[in-house]
Amino acid sequence: MTISRRRLLAGGIAAGAALAVAGMIYEWSPDSTSADPFFRFTVLDDEDRAIVAAIAPVLLAGALPSRDAIEQVVRGTDVAIVGLPLSVRAEIRQLFGVLRFPPSRMLAAGIWHPWHSATEAEIGQFLQRWRYSGIVQLRSAYDALHQLLMAAWYGNGESWSAIGYSGPPRVHE
Amino acid sequence: MIHDASLLTKDLLLEGDVAIVGTGAGGGTAAEILSHAGLRVILIEEGALRSARDFHMLEREAYPDLYQESAARKTKDKGITILQGRTVGGSTTVNWTSSFRTPPETLEYWRTKFGLSGYSPDALAPWFERMEQRLNIHPWPLPPNENNAALQRGAAKLGIATHVIPRNVKGCWNLGYCGMGCPTNAKQSMLITTIPSALRSGAVLVTRARAERISFAGSRASEVVARALRPDGITPSPYAVTVRAAHIVLAGGAIGTPALLLRSEVPDPYARIGKRTFLHPVAVSTALFGREIRAFSGAPQSIYSDHFLHTQSIDGPIGYKLEVPPIHPVLMSTAYTGFGVEHARVMAQAPHAQAIIALMRDGFHESSPGGSVGLRGDGTPVLDYPITPYVWDGLRRSLDTMAQIQFSAGARSVMPLHENARAYRSFDEARAAIAALPMEILRMRVMSAHVMGGSAMGTDEKASVVDAGGRFHHLENVFVFDGSVFPTSVGANPQLSIYGITARNASRLAEQIGGNRLTH
Repeated sequence: MTISRRRLLAGGIAAGAALAVAGMIYEWSPDSTSADPFFRFTVLDDEDRAIVAAIAPVLLAGALPSRDAIEQVVRGTDVAIVGLPLSVRAEIRQLFGVLRFPPSRMLAAGIWHPWHSATEAEIGQFLQRWRYSGIVQLRSAYDALHQLLMAAWYGNGESWSAIGYSGPPRVHE
Repeated sequence: MIHDASLLTKDLLLEGDVAIVGTGAGGGTAAEILSHAGLRVILIEEGALRSARDFHMLEREAYPDLYQESAARKTKDKGITILQGRTVGGSTTVNWTSSFRTPPETLEYWRTKFGLSGYSPDALAPWFERMEQRLNIHPWPLPPNENNAALQRGAAKLGIATHVIPRNVKGCWNLGYCGMGCPTNAKQSMLITTIPSALRSGAVLVTRARAERISFAGSRASEVVARALRPDGITPSPYAVTVRAAHIVLAGGAIGTPALLLRSEVPDPYARIGKRTFLHPVAVSTALFGREIRAFSGAPQSIYSDHFLHTQSIDGPIGYKLEVPPIHPVLMSTAYTGFGVEHARVMAQAPHAQAIIALMRDGFHESSPGGSVGLRGDGTPVLDYPITPYVWDGLRRSLDTMAQIQFSAGARSVMPLHENARAYRSFDEARAAIAALPMEILRMRVMSAHVMGGSAMGTDEKASVVDAGGRFHHLENVFVFDGSVFPTSVGANPQLSIYGITARNASRLAEQIGGNRLTH
């Protein structure tokens, strides 16, 4: 899920320039650099969580039974990220940086309003655009969101009844 | 004795005859053989010690706890997802138990191309037999679950031979959760066989310690220096674990071992370390059946076909082995392409889902040079594996093959795992679509559960890293006993190849040094 700033810039893509700036600003922001991953209970802050909460009802449309399920996906996403090595976590922070920084959010993701007010149609178009993008880094960013949010929901036992999965058999008493 | 390095409050120094880095198929097998020979063995494992009572058959626990990078390890360009264990027992704790001897045609290629004259099926047979007995490897005696039966039935209708997979289980409950750690201790992984046996013979196990480098002077290495991890198993603690030993065995797998050698900056005059790394790149074809398949239940792999390994010569167009994967919710939802209502609709039919995988036999052709292991800025390994047109060709052909088998088994629809694919209702429709799918990373899903090579065995120092006995060419007391010594991919699930070849090479090492052990 690398957003290779250098490669995108070399390609002269406008969105790439915004990605680059966003990535750098995000990395330098006090909020992310002051964070000692060991002492932090969660990796996603309020703004990151708002992004996941906006994407979840679209990525998992037809699967989430309630508003409460969205919150569970947000939490599950945080837990999923905590399980990744530090180098991959850093890449995910870059991705969230791109999605947070308004110029890159607009140029790279095509989301013109803040996440909480983006429509589901806009978010669906954003996901499709990255999914089928000619830029491999955007496809991998889509893939990262897909993996994290899918794992966050389908790892949760509350998703299972809807898919006909009764969970593991009882072995341990 | 077991040290959990995450609990250390100061540095730890241990001394022994043999330090073994890694506790998977290679490290576990070597530990038993060397400790039974009377040598003082110290095992160093990056993952945690978990056992049956920790194995709750929950993906959300198993993937972060038992796998490298939460079962989401990627190649450098993110084009391939790699499933690799990271716990005591390594991948043997989480694999799907398929146990094949190294195929004779693979060994013949190794003998002719890499000078491994001792590697004939007959010469290796006693080592495979020994490990088959040790780990209770037998063809699976129960009927296959429906997921496997679909492969068997569909192939039979097309005249494609399938066979029953030998599995390393004893008293298996046929639950289907091998990939999350066996909850009943039926799987004869290193975790419950060779490692406890080595511990009983006096071996010492250090868990949650990441080997960072080996120290050497002249032609000899002296110690392994590892970094203790914190209880999260990811972030480093302030403490170092140093293991001084007369002999050092590297068994961290085909990404970990080359990375450790690279970090150690050992002599590598021909730049061979980490080169020619193979993955058996896997394409996945999914199907929906009218009846229930319940691919989350029952022995995950019990039927295979080698038909497409034998239709062409080994160094011709790439061949592939056919098997099936288990289908659990996280694995399914992350692997299946698309999102939203379309994705949810497929997920809702999970009990009807069937899947076949095709494992490409990479490394037998000049257009399949494999990948190379390098280091990130923080010293962690990354595998760069560009998929060549030669490999893409096989991945595409295999999608066609698998769709045909699935339709002939009675599938209502078949969907290759590719972003541009959808569910097809007939084989003709699927065949036409597959022929047109763009074969590019992050459009086509490509997976791997078998990492091999990178410390290749061979007689020519210019083309290999270790000799035919696993000894590193450039340091006389460093050995590699894991899947990284294979000069090509295996062409079969690699665990028994690692067991057998390690048994051979570790026994030779025990003979060589056994008599000297009292002098240390």
